[in-house]
Amino acid sequence: MEYFVQQLVNALAFGSEYALVALGLAVVFSIMGLVNFAHGEVIGAIAYSLLLTASVGLSSPFLAVVLAVLAGIAVSVALERVAFRPVRNAPTTTGLLTAFGVSILLQNMFQLLISPRPQAFSLFNGMSTTWHLGPYSVSSLQVMEFVVAAISMAALVLFLNRSTLGVAMRAASRDFSTVRLMGIRANRVIAAAFAISGALAGIACVFILARRGGVAPDMGFGLVLKAFVACVIGGFGSLIGAAAGGMLLGFIEVGLLAALPQEMGGLKEAFTYVIVTLILLYKPEGLFGTRRELGDKEF
Amino acid sequence: MSDLLRLEGLTVNYGPVTAVHGLDLTIAAGELVALLGPNGAGKSSTIGAITGLVRSGGKIIFDGVDISRMPAEARVERGIAVSPEGRRIFANLTVAENLRLGAATRKDAAAARSDMDRHIALFPVLGERISQQAGTLSGGEQQMLAIARALMSRPKLLLLDEPSLGLAPMIVARIFEFIAQLKADGLTVLLVEQNAVQAMRLADRVYVVATGQVTYSGPAAELAGSDLMALYMGN
Repeated sequence: MEYFVQQLVNALAFGSEYALVALGLAVVFSIMGLVNFAHGEVIGAIAYSLLLTASVGLSSPFLAVVLAVLAGIAVSVALERVAFRPVRNAPTTTGLLTAFGVSILLQNMFQLLISPRPQAFSLFNGMSTTWHLGPYSVSSLQVMEFVVAAISMAALVLFLNRSTLGVAMRAASRDFSTVRLMGIRANRVIAAAFAISGALAGIACVFILARRGGVAPDMGFGLVLKAFVACVIGGFGSLIGAAAGGMLLGFIEVGLLAALPQEMGGLKEAFTYVIVTLILLYKPEGLFGTRRELGDKEF
Repeated sequence: MSDLLRLEGLTVNYGPVTAVHGLDLTIAAGELVALLGPNGAGKSSTIGAITGLVRSGGKIIFDGVDISRMPAEARVERGIAVSPEGRRIFANLTVAENLRLGAATRKDAAAARSDMDRHIALFPVLGERISQQAGTLSGGEQQMLAIARALMSRPKLLLLDEPSLGLAPMIVARIFEFIAQLKADGLTVLLVEQNAVQAMRLADRVYVVATGQVTYSGPAAELAGSDLMALYMGN
């Protein structure tokens, strides 16, 4: 039983991390139709910013969380302004290639300007203590990860439903040009999407750093691929889908790790993608995606 | 009366295809002008050019200012609102959220709320469905919502693009009744319609366009049905 509870918390923590990163991808995709593969390097840039501020003596974990969110917003909005705005009206593939270009460029910049080797970073190690809840011992970091992710998602839902800008973002996900006819500036809606995406990356980055205890130039890329898979499972463009897809991916991975015999541990990824494929065979549009046939028209 | 809107030599091109060739049009404040013409005449392109969603050449003078290079959003702030062709309501939002976005440019939240109540009183069905997703409304209800949403910005000029398209005759009659009411209230309206007979009954003046050019402009009363067919054919 204790093993089960630990694995459950583990799955919730992994799932939360994927969900936060996947939501960051989905928010931008739902509005711009852009899969921002440079989102991982936003996480990388936040991590290096924290490393830098810690090296000049700003080492309070609380301050670091605030800095992470602010750095995430700044980097994400700056990338939109510099890299994605010029290609906004270009075909989708141009945006996708731009995202890959930015991703490679930033990774190389981290390698050249800082170091190609991973750097140890222990600012958040103190967060990981063991909590005893009745007969169960769980990692405080993992519980926090789930709680913080849940609060962030609730805040996002509130923003999207209550504020005019949030409502406009939901409208823009379906019909951008008509949103402009309401007098709402396209740049504002898109910048808000990138800002939210960056803030979520900042929150995710804190937990990634706490888990890994280090920074590396390519630390975000693998994660973004996982988040991309989470978005596909959930239905690309759907925010609930991204969160649910992330959680499900966390459960699949942790479940496989617990269920597979030790000598088959290396096949975890293979089994994960087999399960993902099965889900997509059953629901090609993803769990929360809307099914569209060719020729469907929306009124 | 001074002109609220003046189009001077308006042109719209889609790549090599010219949809509007040097169109001139004026609307005085408080006037209801109908823009008539067959399919593909350039009516919707003209509306697109006025809203700023379609790139155009020539001049668009609104309220004394040349707005032809302004982005679409800024034109809404200046007082142009549109009920677009095909209604284009936000299907995934509720009726209330649709109306709220219509008032996005306004700073006076309390007055905007009372405007919303007023529009709901005019279209009670919107009030009954206020928390419903707009995509679940019928075509007629969606058209009412599109007009109410446009009015939420308290525009000086309302552009109505094909408000009767695809609606049952009874609903069309109600929509036109409402447009007549807007005119009586002093709102300036540019009405684009395929339903020429209904539009001519309401309009002060009529422009007929065919293949991107004005083939007739003048008081609606002077344009008889038989002439209209010839004008539609571009004669």
